Amino acid sequence: MNTQNIKTIYSKELKSYFNSPVAYIVMIVFMAISGFLFTMSFFQINIASMREFFGSFFIQLVLFVVFIPAITMRSFSEEKKQGTLELLLTKPITDIELILGKYLSALTLIIITLSPTILYFIIIKMIGPIPFWPFLTSLLGYILMSAFFIGIGVFVSSLTENQIIAFIVSVLICLSFFLFGKLLVVFPTSVVSFFEYLTTDYHLSNISRGVIDSRVLIYYFSMIFFTIFLTKVSLESRKW
Amino acid sequence: MSIKVNNLTKYYGDYLAVDNISFEAKKGEILGFLGPNGAGKSTTMKIITTYLPPTTGTIEVDGFDVEEKSLEVRKKLGYLPELNPLYYDMNPVDYLDFVAKLDGIPAADIKKRREEMIRVCGLDSVRHKDIGTLSKGYKQRVGLAQAMINNPDVLILDEPTSGLDPNQIIEIRNLIKKLGKEKTVVLSTHILSEVTATCNRVIIINKGKIVADGTPEELQAKSKGQSVVTLEVKNNCDKNELSGALKDIRSVNKVEFVKDTGDSFVFNIYGEKGADLREVISNKVTQQKATVLSMQTKQSSLEDIFRELTK
Repeated sequence: MNTQNIKTIYSKELKSYFNSPVAYIVMIVFMAISGFLFTMSFFQINIASMREFFGSFFIQLVLFVVFIPAITMRSFSEEKKQGTLELLLTKPITDIELILGKYLSALTLIIITLSPTILYFIIIKMIGPIPFWPFLTSLLGYILMSAFFIGIGVFVSSLTENQIIAFIVSVLICLSFFLFGKLLVVFPTSVVSFFEYLTTDYHLSNISRGVIDSRVLIYYFSMIFFTIFLTKVSLESRKW
Repeated sequence: MSIKVNNLTKYYGDYLAVDNISFEAKKGEILGFLGPNGAGKSTTMKIITTYLPPTTGTIEVDGFDVEEKSLEVRKKLGYLPELNPLYYDMNPVDYLDFVAKLDGIPAADIKKRREEMIRVCGLDSVRHKDIGTLSKGYKQRVGLAQAMINNPDVLILDEPTSGLDPNQIIEIRNLIKKLGKEKTVVLSTHILSEVTATCNRVIIINKGKIVADGTPEELQAKSKGQSVVTLEVKNNCDKNELSGALKDIRSVNKVEFVKDTGDSFVFNIYGEKGADLREVISNKVTQQKATVLSMQTKQSSLEDIFRELTK
């Protein structure tokens, strides 16, 4: 694998995010929502903690189910539509380098979007005692979850040349992963523990408590690997 | 610096796009791929450039197999796809730098190569404009610059002059001819004059099969077309009688009345291949007491051959 090629794709993609309004909209809206929720929970509950913030259903829903598909919807579908995929795939660069370049640039954009939370932490820290470790693992949980959903979004966008279809399908897939965990109560207890492992919710709440369990890491990394693998298969499908 | 295509066949599902074709192109050759729409030109090019795999058969570019040594092949190639893929939100400078990096051009040389392409393709006046705002001709030039920036041994151009104005077409053709001296160029087109103007070898392909292969001159010579004479006579004679008399000439197959211009009649006279009919026709017309105003033999052109082979 040639890291130079990944870097070339990565920086081009990142630049094009910032050349279009998508990146700014996502960042500004996220800052507005998170800032509002942060101050609300901070003053209402009146304790120095970010657990309510990271545990907020609304923030998670907007970030994981709406923003990530919005960021990833163009990644391959636009290349297909404009025919530039043919350009990229006839240059001396492998499919996997192309996928990783695109994947990592979307992940970078999400990490930039999440970075204001560090500011919130610093503000609370100035007022009262707040443990650093749970904050860090919560943030890590958010990044891992984003990494998984970006994988879904990139894969879906490689299936179609229509951005809107890519967006809607990714929203539906992300939503079902996201909501599945909330619906587990309706399942019989005998199967819950099995399904629980598949849901993102279970792992996210685990890691937010400050516990970095190897099962959680294995879950996320295998899901990320799997979505990247599917994207590679999807790119190769032109050869079938 | 060569392309070797051996028994290439390509199916899209059940549809046979390319049917067992073989050809070779060497350094210094500008090979024109000619054929009607859907003949398999673009498909063959997509396979040479490793975008699609062959169903059966092999292709070697500079000795590298397109399937097994795909990355090596891509390093040797410059490719301008039919749809001329561009990033509309980039300007030509950024776009060419991006492509140069992908092509693996060393960072120190990128600027030099890019500036050379901008000069060669005449992009200086639009270098900082978004590609999306450029006219079709400029877009096409950016596409050509993209294909040539890595100074490739083998240049594959799918309809390189589409969308250009006549001046630009001549410029681009001259550029291709110049490049063709030290490279292998394969270009596809359905504009026949392009082939005669640019290529030193033509392959006509129809329904996935090669139906002709040779220099433009060879193809013209090989044509089994008949000789045609266009005759114009003064209208002081009976046109039916004259046409009957002309038909009596032994080597004439058919006489066709074309039009009455008011003071003259125009006929097309079809004869056997190779026969020069002018003398006998002239004699015949004089015998009929009519006056010859003009007479031309028509050479069978590449267009006739094309039509004949791809009907």
